[in-house]
Amino acid sequence: MMGGGGVGGGLLENANPLIYERSGERPVTAGEEDEQVPDSIDAREIFDLIRSINDPEHPLTLEELNVVEQVRVQVSDPESTVAVAFTPTIPHCSMATLIGLSIKVKLLRSLPQRFKMDVHITPGTHASEHAVNKQLADKERVAAALENTHLLEVVNQCLSARS
Amino acid sequence: MQTREEELKGLGADFTFGFIQVMDGEKDPRNLLVAFRIVHDLISRDYSLGPFVEELFEVTSCYFPIDFTPPPNDPHGIQREDLILSLRAVLASTPRFAEFLLPLLIEKVDSEILSAKLDSLQTLNACCAGYGQKELKDFLPSLWSSIRREVFQTASERVEAEGLAALHSLTACLSRSVLRADAEDLLDSFLSNILQDCRHHLCEPDMKLVWPSAKLLQAAAGASARAYDHITSNVLPLLLEQFHKHSQSNQRRTILEMILGFLKLQQKWSYEDKDQRPLSGFKDQLCSLVFMALTDPSTQLQLVGIRTLTVLGAQPDLLSSGDLELAVGHLYRLSFLEEDSQSWVAALEASGTLATLYPVAFSSYLVPKLAEELHIGESDLTRGDGPTKCSRHLCCMQALSAVSTHPSIVKETLPLLLQHLWQVNKGNMVAQSSEVIAVCQSLQQVAEKCQQDLESCWYFHQTAIPCLLALAVQASMPEKEPSVLRKVLLEDDVLAAMVSVIGTATTHLSPELAAQSVACIVPLFLDGNVSFLPENSFPSRFQPFQDGPSGQRRLVALLMAFVCSLPRNVEIPQLNQLMRELLELSCCQSCPFSSTAAAKCFAGLLNKHPAGQQLDEFLQLAGDKMEAGLGSGPYRSQAFTLLLWVTKALVLRYHPLSSCLTARLMGLLSDPELGPAAADGFSLLMSDCTDVLTRAGHAEVRIMFRQRFFTDNVPTLVQGFHAAPQDVKPNYLKGLSHVLNRLPKPVLLPELPTLLSLLLEALSCPDSVVQLSTLSCLQPLLLEAPQVMSLHVDTLVTKFLNLSSSPSMAVRIAALQCMHALTRLPTPVLLPYKPQVIRALAKPLDDKKRLVRKEAVSARGEWFLLGSPGS
Repeated sequence: MMGGGGVGGGLLENANPLIYERSGERPVTAGEEDEQVPDSIDAREIFDLIRSINDPEHPLTLEELNVVEQVRVQVSDPESTVAVAFTPTIPHCSMATLIGLSIKVKLLRSLPQRFKMDVHITPGTHASEHAVNKQLADKERVAAALENTHLLEVVNQCLSARS
Repeated sequence: MQTREEELKGLGADFTFGFIQVMDGEKDPRNLLVAFRIVHDLISRDYSLGPFVEELFEVTSCYFPIDFTPPPNDPHGIQREDLILSLRAVLASTPRFAEFLLPLLIEKVDSEILSAKLDSLQTLNACCAGYGQKELKDFLPSLWSSIRREVFQTASERVEAEGLAALHSLTACLSRSVLRADAEDLLDSFLSNILQDCRHHLCEPDMKLVWPSAKLLQAAAGASARAYDHITSNVLPLLLEQFHKHSQSNQRRTILEMILGFLKLQQKWSYEDKDQRPLSGFKDQLCSLVFMALTDPSTQLQLVGIRTLTVLGAQPDLLSSGDLELAVGHLYRLSFLEEDSQSWVAALEASGTLATLYPVAFSSYLVPKLAEELHIGESDLTRGDGPTKCSRHLCCMQALSAVSTHPSIVKETLPLLLQHLWQVNKGNMVAQSSEVIAVCQSLQQVAEKCQQDLESCWYFHQTAIPCLLALAVQASMPEKEPSVLRKVLLEDDVLAAMVSVIGTATTHLSPELAAQSVACIVPLFLDGNVSFLPENSFPSRFQPFQDGPSGQRRLVALLMAFVCSLPRNVEIPQLNQLMRELLELSCCQSCPFSSTAAAKCFAGLLNKHPAGQQLDEFLQLAGDKMEAGLGSGPYRSQAFTLLLWVTKALVLRYHPLSSCLTARLMGLLSDPELGPAAADGFSLLMSDCTDVLTRAGHAEVRIMFRQRFFTDNVPTLVQGFHAAPQDVKPNYLKGLSHVLNRLPKPVLLPELPTLLSLLLEALSCPDSVVQLSTLSCLQPLLLEAPQVMSLHVDTLVTKFLNLSSSPSMAVRIAALQCMHALTRLPTPVLLPYKPQVIRALAKPLDDKKRLVRKEAVSARGEWFLLGSPGS
């Protein structure tokens, strides 16, 4: 079932985290059903891509753990840029890089190539914020990480639809 | 053992010991299944085990938990599950194993292997059926701590569910035992333990453990009335207090939802004595909590509040009449919320449920208020608040129909709705068709609620139908000064709304009452006999089948709604004349609405008519009429509509003539004028109608008619397709895809190999309707028959990718859904295409429509996972 974290007995770093409500499905508007009207890529659309990513440790989504929030998504469709800030549940969370990597991979797989994307930790919420941000911004390191079978396995698990 | 039980038992414990020695070390799953059955028999038939209880346990339990995977191509067909169940039956068969088994189960629950956890919890659950307090006593603390840990920490919903089930059975088992007076009651101390470990989590409604704790407590509380009392007397006061301590809506919602869970459990036990019920003491507090939730701005909290109110209302004699008045007041307020909001829907539903239980409260507090609200708009013309008034009217009508769940309430709400309809048409209001349709929809809902009760059903029929007919007849009268208002009632969609009211009010009538009604309504249409209608002084005669005003002809739709919904054994007076008039009207050119209604009515009656000479005569008449019309001339399209409906009527009842008519219809596929309509006609043949030819309306509908139609006609369609000239081929494809689309998938699967090439060709057809229906046909097949589809993977990938840039958004979406479904094919088949597909799917990620992008994202995500670790 789970990859990185221990499941069996009391090994969780944060066994009783705060949980948040999931937002419902985005309602489909008349404009979205109209063939002619173009719908631009907006913050909610980006948020919908990442909110259902599974946490590597808990059977919960990043949205339920409030790791990602719609207000921390900045997007500009005409300029083809997107910036996502995520907030680890605790400042020493060892999973921060992994979570960032999952978000990054999800966006890489789901957004048009023209987009330039920036995934970083919400300022002031993690002990080794800069180190993690640097790793996530480095294209070559991200590519290298995905060559690692074990890491790719964990990332894929985070991105799989929950059964 | 089956034939020589006496002799074997005579051997005493020696037999058991001998068996143990034989069984020891057995490995073959076939022998194990037999051995487990023998052990089970030894125990259940009471053979002497002597001092060998532990040995017998050891020799079987060493296989626990079963870890067996049948080899591929296993000829014996023994499944892992067979072994698990038969071993479980042995282990749980006697309390004498308890002292050995329970420690083993605890050890296995604590292991890291998911299947071992599940098996142990399920076995524990099975054991509780035969155990008592004595067996469980020493192990309770460890059992509890293992279950608690699993439920608190598991990532698997199945482990959680099994843990809760095991706790439920444990508690039930402890509650069941009869105690000696001096013994300590283990149930109390066990429950106290649970409470101690879970209580404090209930006070932190934002944290993850709040729900696992509540579920554990509820699992235990659901086991017996005694457990329920013990737990709720502790937990309810705590939760009530916590509700007031937390002020945020989402926290309150979690708390109220937990309370609701406990309240629902109460319904499992009936209490003889009112004062014994554990809830009566908390009633006032609970009510005030619910009312706070109902006035909260948060929809989520309102929703839980409404559900809690329904559960409280379902407890007999709990709510006082004062509580009810308040509750009804809240529901009244909520039913004026924005339409379609979740709370609005929930409030109406709750009103309906509670109204069946408390009809007096609803008649006296709610109905008068709604009536008043409805009248405000009727009398007040001058105020310029049209839209708001209108939406308040809608809400009133919806609320009135929602509470019409009790016969006594219907007697008040139905006259209100009908009176409102009269008022709308009196012309002292600006009648909009939407308002009339809304009244009809409310009437329809009331009619549905009356169907189950014979008396209400007749009351509704007798009251509403003459009234509706009178209004319609009135509107159809020729007028000196043409007025817009009257004509609203004759519009297509208003008539359609009235059709469904009349149909719903007719289907459940008993044959005797239906006969009374048919004796009035048929003469109304054939002879203009208006005597049974209220306010029936009309300026001129009603003659829908004569050359009267065209408005009168449109009302044949209402006749259709009525006669086509009657039970089959009700005799229709003047049938011969009626059928001839209908046939005549069906080919009348002036108004497509009335000619179609007449054709449908004719077909509906034909379908129900018993086989025999009269039916053949009707068919002969219809055949002549259609052929004359189809040949050439002014009423070709009317004759075609008639053909379509008559064919449907006969196909549904397997009439021998149906194949002949279907062939006629297929012939029209290559007709330059009617071809496209004929192709669409196949959709009508295969789909379910809502107004005529329905099972609910007592039509003769054979259950396998689609399959039969498919087998009889698809080969001809395919042949026709190959023989047809290029320009009409799309008609055949369209017809075929309509047939396939409606066919149950299991029937389609075996036919696939022969049809698949045609379907693939249909994907290249430029008609987007054909593309769409072919895609929606292929999508489930990809999921259900991946092996067959694998053979065509190359074509499928290419065509789906092509269609994913179709100009039609619906086609793009369907094509991407098919791309997603393709991932169900065996991975080795797909891997060669992975790089190409991932590159190609990058393009729809930038589609201008969001709904298309969404499908592209999920399809592309799945393709990325193919053959990748961790998927």
